[in-house]
Parts: sequence; C-alpha cells; structure tokens
Amino acid sequence: MLWSGGGAARALTRAFGSQRAAAALRGAAGGPAGLPTRPAELSGDDHADLSLQTGLKNCNRKGQLKPCSTQPVSLTDIQSSMLTMKRLFSTSHSSVDAKEMKKFQLLAHKWWDEEGEYSALHSMNDIRVPFIRDTLLSMRSNYHVGNPLSGVKILDIGCGGGLLSEPLGRLGASVTGIDPLEDNIRTADQHKSFDPVLAKRIQYKSSSLEEIVEECMETFDVIVASEVVEHVADLEMFIKCCSQVLKPEGSLFITTINKTQLSYVLGILVAEKLIGIVPEGTHEWEKFVPPEELESILESNGFSVKTVNGMLYNPLSGSWSWMESTSINYAVHAVKSGAQAQPSPTGALSEVGSEQPSATAGTAL
Amino acid sequence: LGHNIHFHDKKIALLEAGPRKDYDRMPDSYSNRVSSISPGSAALLSSFGAWDHVCNLRLKPFRRMQVWDACSEAMIVFEKDDLGDMGYIVENDVIMSALTKQLDAVADRVEVFYGSRAVGYTWPLPSHSCDTSPWVQIELADGRRLQTKLLIGADGHNSVVRKEADIRNIEHWYDQSAVVATLHLSEATDNNVAWQRFLPTGPIALLPLSDTASSLVWSTSHEHASELLAMDEESFVDSINSAFWSNVNHSDFIDAAGAMFRSAISLLKPSGTAARQLPPSVAQVDPGSRAMFPLGMGHATEYVQNRLALIGDAAHRVHPLAGQGVNLGFGDIACLVHHLGAAAFNGSDLGSLKHLLKFETERQRHNVSLIAAIDLLKRLYSTRLTPLVLLRTWGLQATNALPPVKEQIMAFASK
Repeated sequence: MLWSGGGAARALTRAFGSQRAAAALRGAAGGPAGLPTRPAELSGDDHADLSLQTGLKNCNRKGQLKPCSTQPVSLTDIQSSMLTMKRLFSTSHSSVDAKEMKKFQLLAHKWWDEEGEYSALHSMNDIRVPFIRDTLLSMRSNYHVGNPLSGVKILDIGCGGGLLSEPLGRLGASVTGIDPLEDNIRTADQHKSFDPVLAKRIQYKSSSLEEIVEECMETFDVIVASEVVEHVADLEMFIKCCSQVLKPEGSLFITTINKTQLSYVLGILVAEKLIGIVPEGTHEWEKFVPPEELESILESNGFSVKTVNGMLYNPLSGSWSWMESTSINYAVHAVKSGAQAQPSPTGALSEVGSEQPSATAGTAL
Repeated sequence: LGHNIHFHDKKIALLEAGPRKDYDRMPDSYSNRVSSISPGSAALLSSFGAWDHVCNLRLKPFRRMQVWDACSEAMIVFEKDDLGDMGYIVENDVIMSALTKQLDAVADRVEVFYGSRAVGYTWPLPSHSCDTSPWVQIELADGRRLQTKLLIGADGHNSVVRKEADIRNIEHWYDQSAVVATLHLSEATDNNVAWQRFLPTGPIALLPLSDTASSLVWSTSHEHASELLAMDEESFVDSINSAFWSNVNHSDFIDAAGAMFRSAISLLKPSGTAARQLPPSVAQVDPGSRAMFPLGMGHATEYVQNRLALIGDAAHRVHPLAGQGVNLGFGDIACLVHHLGAAAFNGSDLGSLKHLLKFETERQRHNVSLIAAIDLLKRLYSTRLTPLVLLRTWGLQATNALPPVKEQIMAFASK
C-alpha cells in the first residue's frame, strides 16, 4: 500500500541497477564487467508483486537471490550489494527507514511552504548558500559577481523539493538534484517549471546515489549533501560514491547533526516533541554522525577536510547562524584529492598541499 | 536596480504612465515642480550615475535654512558646520531626464513601457497549487500581459497597486492645498538660503533656483489657495512679500515671553541666538507658473506582501513643510536595492517575503518617526492659540540654541 506495484518494480530495478554499479566498482580490474541485466530485471519484476505482501525484509533477500544465481559473484559482491540494497531502501532490516520515507512522502507537497514544516530548511539557505557560494568563489579566480557560480556543475544529493537546488541554480550553477523519493522529485520539478531560467539550469532525477555513479563518474565539480547523511544507512558507501562522481579537486559540502547529548535534547526532544519545528520522527539520534567520524571516513576515502563549522538554529527568530561549537548542527567542506592514486590517509593529506592543522580539529571559520 | 551588479542577468520592466522625458538643455523658464534633494538622495543618484546628469542640466545647492514663526520672534537656523551644501533644489523634470538617460544605459536589462497603464493584477495564491503560476500577473491597457517574481508599487499616494493588494492605508486629508509658482526676485543675490515661515494658515517657503529666481511652496487653506491662484500677478506678489515680512500675527505677550526666553538662553549659551534675517523680496511671478494641489498625509499599514513591495508615496505621504517627501522615497529605494541585491547574491527568490520584510522593518522604523514628527509640526503650527504658540516659540528657540539637537535633526533629514 505504500508503493504501487509499478513503483516497487521500479524500485527493485533500481536495486539491481545499483547492484550492477556496485559490482562494477569492485570489478573494475577484471570482475564481471557486463552483467546480464535483462534476466535480473525480469525476475525482479516477478518478485515485485510477491514482495509487496512479504514486506521489505524479504524483498531484499528475494530480489537478490535471482541475479546471484545468473552470474558468478564473490562473497564481497553479495555483501556490497546487500549494503547498497540496504542503503537504497534505507533499511537496516528494521521498519524505521520505511517510516522515514513514508514521513517524507506525506510531506512531499509541503516543501515550498516557507512557513510550514520545512521552514527551518528554508531559512537554512540563508547560511548554507553563502557558505557554498563564498567557499567556491574563494577557490575560483575568474567569476562575475552577477553570476557567481556559472559554469559550476553541482550535484544535490537528497534534494527533496529542491530547496537548495533552486538558489544554487539562480547563482548560475548547473544543478542535478537527486532524491530517492519520487514525490519529492515531482514537487521539485513542478516548482522549477514556473521559472524559465531555472527550468533549464536544474535537472531532477528520482534516483539514489549509487544508480548514477556509473553514468556520472567524475562529472561534478561540487557535491552538496545537506541534511542527508543522518538519514543514510551506510555512510562509508555513501562517501565512496560521492568520491566517484566528484571530479578531482572537487568540493563536497555536508551539513548534518552531531551525535551528542545536546543534539538529542535540542535536536529531537525540543525540536520535534516540544516546539515541533521539525516533524516528529524525522530524525533518529542513533544515525546522527559526529564530526570526528565523518572526518575520518572522508579522509580515508580520499578527501581532505578543509572546514568544519558549527551551526545554530534560533527557533524564536527562525534563523540560523554560525557558532564555534559543533555539538548540535555542523557543516563540513572537504576537497577530493587531485591524484588518481588509491585513497589513503597520509596520501590524501600530503597531496593537497597547504593543510590547516586546525581543519581536523573542527574549529569554526 | 538595473545598475546593481547582482542584477546583471535579471530582467526588469518599468511601467510609466507619462511620456518619455529627456532633455539635453533645459528650457529657460523654470518648472514650478521642484524638490528639495537631501545629500543622502544625491548620493543615491550619483551611485548609478544620474547625479552627473542633474549637475549638467541645472540645480541649486543651498547652504542655510531659516525657519521662523509668524506669531513670534522664534526662529531656527540650520546650516552645516563646514558651510557645505545642506541640500539641493532640483526641478522634477531635471531628475526625470537624468533618470531617463541612466535607464537608457541599461536598456538591455530594463525595459521601459512609456504611456502604459496596468488594468488588472493577479496575485499569487499563498499556497502553491499545481496549475496556477506563483508569480504576479499584470494586464496592461493595451492587452499585453506581463508576469513577474516581484512587483514594486511606486505609483504615488493614490496607488492602484496598493488598493489592488488590499493593503490598508491610514490617510488623512489636510484642509490645505499647496500653491506653487516660480518667482523672480527683486534683485540678484547669493541665493543659497531656503526660507520657511510658519503662518497660522500654513507654512510658506521660498526655495532658491538661481541667483534671481526662487520657487514658491505655500501651503494654505483651500479657499485661500484658490484666491491666490485667481488674483492678478501684482497682488500675488504682494501677498507673498507680506506673508514673509509682516508681523501682524505677533502679540505683545508672546513677544515679551519670547524675548525673555531668548535672554535666558543667551545667558546660558552666548552663541545660542542669532539675528533673524529677512528673505529676499519678490518682484514678479512667472506667468502661468501658478498651480495648486491638495495636501494630505498617508501611511500604508504594510509596505510588503508576498511578491509585492511599495515604495515612495505609495507607501507614505507627508506634508511638504519639511521637504522630505521625495527623500523618503529615495531612502526606500536605497534600502530596497540593498536588500534585493543581497537576496540575489544568495540565490533567493526575489519575491520572497523574508527579505522584503527586512526592508519593511528597516524603512518603517525610519519613516514612521519622521512622518509623525512632520504631522505633529504641521498641527502645532496651525494654531494661534497662545499656549501652543508659547510652547512652540520656546521649543524652537531652545532647539536653535542646542547644536547637538540640530545636528541630529539635520542628520536624520539628510539620509
């Protein structure tokens, strides 16, 4: 009842697609390059109808068994594909993530109500857009102030209704926004359609990160994942995929919530239950990511963390501001290392030249 | 806006009901509609190159302003310490021409529709529904349709935009009309002082246009204004001179009280009093330059709505006694451009209420106090009642003796 049959079929097809992508990643050196996708997809469709009744858990396993039987795969392939499947459905064999998708689904048309459920995200634009803009401008030498981000290709992961994609598009960037929830993409597409300029500059796709990795290797100058990593099941995989679609020396911007007592009290208790500025159940404290963990994953995947800034939301004024402490919300800017070599902590650090020793310590700008 | 760098790739349309006004040389006679331009407004105009055109055409800077009462000897003189220009008297046509030239310079971004009139407005619904456009739709008299992310209403105190948007306007018609005329002085003089005298019927002001000519703005009752327009030129000139020179409204009591206060001040502050000067006498009036228009006061309860901003007289209307009307409008413009530029640089939707509200708050804070003060002054000086005359006499004398207060007033009015 959550998804129509067609929707589930498409979801499963995507799952196989991602499995294909995951296998391709691993098999770059010489694994199964061309996977027989036809049979896999067909069998996926069959299972789609069955899976509706059996629920997500079984859907995962059932969907997987078929393709595994049609080509030789290693154990790691199965594991990685399980991971990507998990990530795609955002489930860790629990129903929580399905609920998350459902919660976002219910609010899919509320994105653009500036005073509504997403008002905090609207006002977050006031600090995250200048943050992205100014960081990028400081790295470019020739730009026109009237069109600061022209020529920049940006990927907005988890774009939702396009709240962040639109301002970036207005600043001149070519934006691709992806979100696993189709309703979100529909809302985003419809909203941008009224503005002829934006309609051309922004492209939305209903997809997960894994699915586009294959077609979009090293395509983007900038990736933005704002308020996304706390909803992701496998952060390591997520960052790896980001690294793949990002050009060398490209920038990755992440904003998310820290995993501290304070973030539990303010971010969940107060924000969701007490004053309701965030729809209840949106966040799970378990999935919050401390900046140290995020930094170490980034560094071990070929990124060099340049900036970590704490953010603070004032519910009375409805506005965000920067703060020294990263104990609640924070933003990260990381740059992918330029070399094509295998990512390693020391390699990444030494390659990117001027390193601020304070960057890893997480001090504010 | 067209000259703002953040609007480099935006499209702006200007709907102008009047014809295009572009002068290379001003006609010899002066127009009777002039404005007093504050230094702040001059700075705004020069920020996009229009002030140079104004200077090339013609303007008259003034260095001193003397304001005094008809019912007493009290007066106040404003002048800048460094004897710099306090403000400029510029004909409205000159400003229009300067603006037109600068509009031409950004013709690729700004399209001006001369002689156009909007007949219908369609406002966006507050909730975003699927099939209606979230932008403002405007229908012109000639049938053309425009749609925009932000509509700026600058259509004067009878603003149609404001009415169509259902914004309540607090307004009040004064029982006064202003008579304007272009006058010739009896002798050429270093005409750099603006004179204003508060008569019980209303203030009369003489604003310098050149060494031999000045502009008249005389606010008075409707009947008197009609009389002034009807009378022959000689009588008109006589009325003006006597309005400035005669002491018929003085009463002994007030004079004595005023003199006593003045001596008290000179004890405390020797330099606090100055001799009252008399304005130049008027010899003749430019034929056909007499005109009158009714005066009122107005203030819109809201300056902004979703995708709409009101500026200038559409948002607020004041009595001309302080020469602030158009300067408030220029102040609105400077503020709105600043906020829109910042919003554009943040990639925001230009019609979004968030930054429009910032503009509204900033301007309302500035405007409301000034509008209230002007209205209060107008009422205070409209009476002959002794206690009020006494109050304003002493008040004026005291203010005149306090440079810090005067400087504050000048600073506020020059913005």
